[in-house]
Amino acid sequence: MAETILWVLRGSDRESARWIEYRVETEEGMVVLDALHWIQANLAPDLAVRWNCKAAKCGSCSAEVNGRPRLLCKTRLSDFPEGEAITVEPMRAFPLVRDLVTDVSWNYQVNARIAPFAPPADAPEEAWRWQQEDIERIQEFRRCIECFLCQDVCHVLRNHETENEFAGPRYLVRVAGLEMHPMDQGDRLAYLRTDAGAGYCNITKCCTEVCPEHIRITDNAIIPLKERIADRYYDPIRIAWRKLRGGSEPGEPPAPAS
Amino acid sequence: MAEVEPRSHDVLIIGAGGAGLRAAIAASEAGASVGLVCKSLLGKAHTVMAEGGIAAALAHVAERDSWQVHFRDTMVGGKLLNDPRMAEIHAREAPQRVRELERWGAVFDRTRDGRILQRPFGGHTHPRLAHVGDRTGLEMIRTLQDRAVATGIAVYQECTITHLTTTDGRVSGAIGYWRADGRPAAFQAKAVVLATGGIGRIYEVTSNSWEYSGDGHALAYLAGAELIDMEFVQFHPTGMVWPPGVRGLLVTEAVRGEGGILRNRLGERFMWKYLPDARRHEYAETDDEAMRWVEALTEGRQTDARQPPELSTRDNVSRAIYTEVKEGRGSPHGGVFLDISYLPPDRVRRKLPSMYDQFTELADVDITRVPMEVGPTQHYMMGGVRVQAETGATTRPGLYAAGEVAGGMHGANRLGGNSLSDLLVFGQRAGVAAARAAGALRAMPALSASQVDDALAELEEPLVRGAGDDPYRIHQELKATMQSLVGIYRTENDLDAALASIAELRRRSEGVRVDGPRAFNPGWDLVFELRNMLIVAEAVTLSARMRTESRGAHSRLDHVLSDPAWEHLNVVICPDGLAMRVEGTPAVALTDDQRTLVNKG
Amino acid sequence: MAIGLVFTGFIIYSLISSLFWLPEFGVAYEVEGYLSPFFSPLIAPGLLPPWFSPAILVLWIPLGFRTTCYYYRKAYYRAFFFDPPACAVGEPWFHRRYAMERKFPFILQNLHRLFLYLAFIPLAFLWLDAFLSLRHHDGWRIGLGGVLLFVNAALLSGYSLSCHSLRHLVGGGLDCFSCDARTRARHGLWQRVTGLNRNHAMWAWASLASVIAADVYIRLLAIGLIGDPALRF
Ligand SMILES: Cc1cc2nc3c(=O)[nH]c(=O)nc-3n(C[C@H](O)[C@H](O)[C@H](O)COP(=O)(O)OP(=O)(O)OC[C@H]3O[C@@H](n4cnc5c(N)ncnc54)[C@H](O)[C@@H]3O)c2cc1C
Ligand code: SF4
Ligand code: SF4
Ligand code: FES
Ligand code: FES
Repeated sequence: MAETILWVLRGSDRESARWIEYRVETEEGMVVLDALHWIQANLAPDLAVRWNCKAAKCGSCSAEVNGRPRLLCKTRLSDFPEGEAITVEPMRAFPLVRDLVTDVSWNYQVNARIAPFAPPADAPEEAWRWQQEDIERIQEFRRCIECFLCQDVCHVLRNHETENEFAGPRYLVRVAGLEMHPMDQGDRLAYLRTDAGAGYCNITKCCTEVCPEHIRITDNAIIPLKERIADRYYDPIRIAWRKLRGGSEPGEPPAPAS
Repeated sequence: MAEVEPRSHDVLIIGAGGAGLRAAIAASEAGASVGLVCKSLLGKAHTVMAEGGIAAALAHVAERDSWQVHFRDTMVGGKLLNDPRMAEIHAREAPQRVRELERWGAVFDRTRDGRILQRPFGGHTHPRLAHVGDRTGLEMIRTLQDRAVATGIAVYQECTITHLTTTDGRVSGAIGYWRADGRPAAFQAKAVVLATGGIGRIYEVTSNSWEYSGDGHALAYLAGAELIDMEFVQFHPTGMVWPPGVRGLLVTEAVRGEGGILRNRLGERFMWKYLPDARRHEYAETDDEAMRWVEALTEGRQTDARQPPELSTRDNVSRAIYTEVKEGRGSPHGGVFLDISYLPPDRVRRKLPSMYDQFTELADVDITRVPMEVGPTQHYMMGGVRVQAETGATTRPGLYAAGEVAGGMHGANRLGGNSLSDLLVFGQRAGVAAARAAGALRAMPALSASQVDDALAELEEPLVRGAGDDPYRIHQELKATMQSLVGIYRTENDLDAALASIAELRRRSEGVRVDGPRAFNPGWDLVFELRNMLIVAEAVTLSARMRTESRGAHSRLDHVLSDPAWEHLNVVICPDGLAMRVEGTPAVALTDDQRTLVNKG
Repeated sequence: MAIGLVFTGFIIYSLISSLFWLPEFGVAYEVEGYLSPFFSPLIAPGLLPPWFSPAILVLWIPLGFRTTCYYYRKAYYRAFFFDPPACAVGEPWFHRRYAMERKFPFILQNLHRLFLYLAFIPLAFLWLDAFLSLRHHDGWRIGLGGVLLFVNAALLSGYSLSCHSLRHLVGGGLDCFSCDARTRARHGLWQRVTGLNRNHAMWAWASLASVIAADVYIRLLAIGLIGDPALRF
């Protein structure tokens, strides 16, 4: 039976957290989460780690493996060179709870501020028709499993004190899913520009690189939103044109499909 | 009691899966103040893992579909042991519950004419499952979660409930602890809804997550409520068998719904052999006909070809695979082959994206090129808290249950897709009923100080005990016992042995000890889960022992046939002092109209 | 980092290149019927003082276009501003206030679409130049220079047509693609641009290389270091 060395950062606050070495008996096909479970069952029953599905579907087991944000249940031990120790530490962008568990409640607060889906009030059932091509775009965004790895990796949240000003890639993805919904009547552009701080994102794509659901966050969600914001607020030609036509607020809601 | 300040709500909902969220929305819309507790983060509940779809007779793909046919399929699948009122309410209300999801922002796959697309599934006469690729549960939970948050309910995440309190015979609140720091938590409510899901962790090979320790079943039982149909544990025919770390992980039935073929080591399509004679006419007769059915499906047109044999009900397919492996015709890792690689790779990736990812990432298997290896895995608990069909009220006043934790709806075997619709239909009803009950109660029932103190003391004990057994060991032994003695096939001897071993494990579990702090300590979590799992394991085993016949998901090697004497009996469990009482109870009779519907097909 | 250096190199090269033609190469901006892409379209060379390179009148368009391009922004923010230097490795090692594209000057990045509109003008001329180069001394010829000009025009078209702003303008801004015939047509366009857009970075680098290659080639021709192999008809 093979052996793998895992260094796990353990503790209840960042200052006193320590790297602890564990030697794990491994068998074929094991993922990092299996190794941690083995540690729990054999060496450290109180090792704290969050997980649920163990199938990369729930987004609970986010942490940083060898410094890179990943899902523990999807990261195979065999992805790393044999014989070298693997480091596992909690996500750095969020306050530590204990061991590998961080306090991600901030994300839920951000989420609660987003205006919910707003369908036309009285659309009859027959109006709820749309084609696959209308929704393929937003189905990509709805694949999000809320692992918050993108929030963890985004330098705007990680390196700058911007938690109150920038919603982060996960929530830009959510807003994109609402804004591009063929039946949605809501208007979140003002929110995006100010409260959500879309301008903080400098499209450097780290979020896209780590997303376990392979959502092309920057290209498909954030940049199109930036373009929509530009339509309303930064495009001198459009602004002039709107002035000329006398329309004041441009957020024209799409007519319900018939 | 001084240590905890209880939070009060009209309605307290324990569990934030599909059932709990739907109940929360309903109760909140009915004007109640709602508290929603869950032991992991919001949006991570088991429902998120559901893949295949939501069964509802929308009749978008097969115009002939109707609630009546859905009702019949559900009853036939459940071997007529279902509570027929639940099955009828479910079939009638599922379509409107699904449409409602769409109004709340869910985005289902579409038919050519722009309506919700439906896919075929085992046991369903017509294509009936509304779906989003193979991540329907995610779509559902996200939609409900956003909706629930928008209605302004209070959410208590990562809070584990370990005790229910009663006041004057009425359930009046709940006690537990915050996982983040281990502090005790207390809730006070006029009505409590249980929506805690299933029991998979009593088995070794399961598709379920760590949350499924039967907490709701045990909490209800400890509060004096009855459990029903506990012998009916569903083993899903297709779980992954390799690598060991993912053994049991689900391979969605949608693979077979999209045309997946089961073969043994010899390359035989063995399902032909295992179709029950009474239902053989519902399935294709030849490989050819099955192939035509798949082609029609691929091209999205109607066909007169009948479905492939792989779409037989889950209990049947599981037994077939089990038998093939047992008789030496299994695959290298002890399963059988499931092949979808004969379809165009594009289609496989589009219709089954997460299965594709799951196999490439976890097993290095490209399912568009080679077959998968699969075997049965514990998947779902048909049995649960006995509830009233219309309201989800348990046999204990003030306590409601909905979702997988509730029993009765699925009888002896659940059809795929019927769970997600069950969550929506009965979640909504339980939410409304609980809100109404709360409205009828003028004052908030007071928590009994002694109950709170006792519960807190019980929480504290394993941390301060000097020496004691390790909960992980006991859990491992319990799983091994249940897997080998109370699995797909059962005998009286095995069940007796299991009961003896459960009793011994219970005795040991009373003296367990855990190390480490209270904050996020999985060992400590396990102590109370273990208590619950032992209750559930005993209930399953006792019920299985009592039912001396084979029916649906319950197969006895010493009673291989169905026994007419048991046809109209449910097994019910309830506490009797410190012992567990088990008895047969007459099943709810079908009305004449319902009988006509069932006999039609 | 390397990416940033190459991009700076390009800016410097293009500035130098477009400023210095006259003194070294005489009056003609054209060599053998080829016009360097930096000088196209050639604006009134005769009216300008001799020290003023006509390229300046045009160059700000492609430079502005590339500077505000979403892809290049990513590249130089990472390379020059260390925002971020790399994606999340270990402990974040600095914390500071930050405004990025919310404030001047980076808020001007929002004007990218204006550069996009303008960029189509020189692009049209580049195609024209390429076609004109086929006709030389009253005969037809396909020269290596011409091939370079065609390749360059094609790559630049790929770059412009894969632009994120264009993707938005042709259809990305719509919420409903299937609603009527017009939106369906725009959906078709959007899908095409989306297809190109997937490789926007590739187009960006390839077109950059081709511009330089064409320019260098024509200069070498001008100083007579090389000849222009050609098929003549
Ligand atoms: C892999 C997989 C695929 C499936 N696919 C399908 C499908 O395609 N179609 C279908 O119809 N069904 C499917 N099912 C079945 C279906 O998903 C489940 O039966 C259903 O989601 C159960 O929902 P629920 O609301 O009852 O409970 P869950 O969604 O499991 O929610 C339980 C909640 O209770 C909370 N909880 C539990 N114990 C406690 C406690 N002690 N204190 C506080 N909170 C607690 C949990 O935190 C959680 O929030 C699938 C199941 C699995 C495992
Ligand atoms: S692209 Fe934007 S949101 Fe994504 S990591 Fe970079 S700055 Fe953050
Ligand atoms: S967008 Fe991707 S990385 Fe971000 S939370 Fe969702 S799944 Fe995770
Ligand atoms: S445990 Fe669910 S994503 Fe890893
Ligand atoms: S985004 Fe690069 S050119 Fe427009």
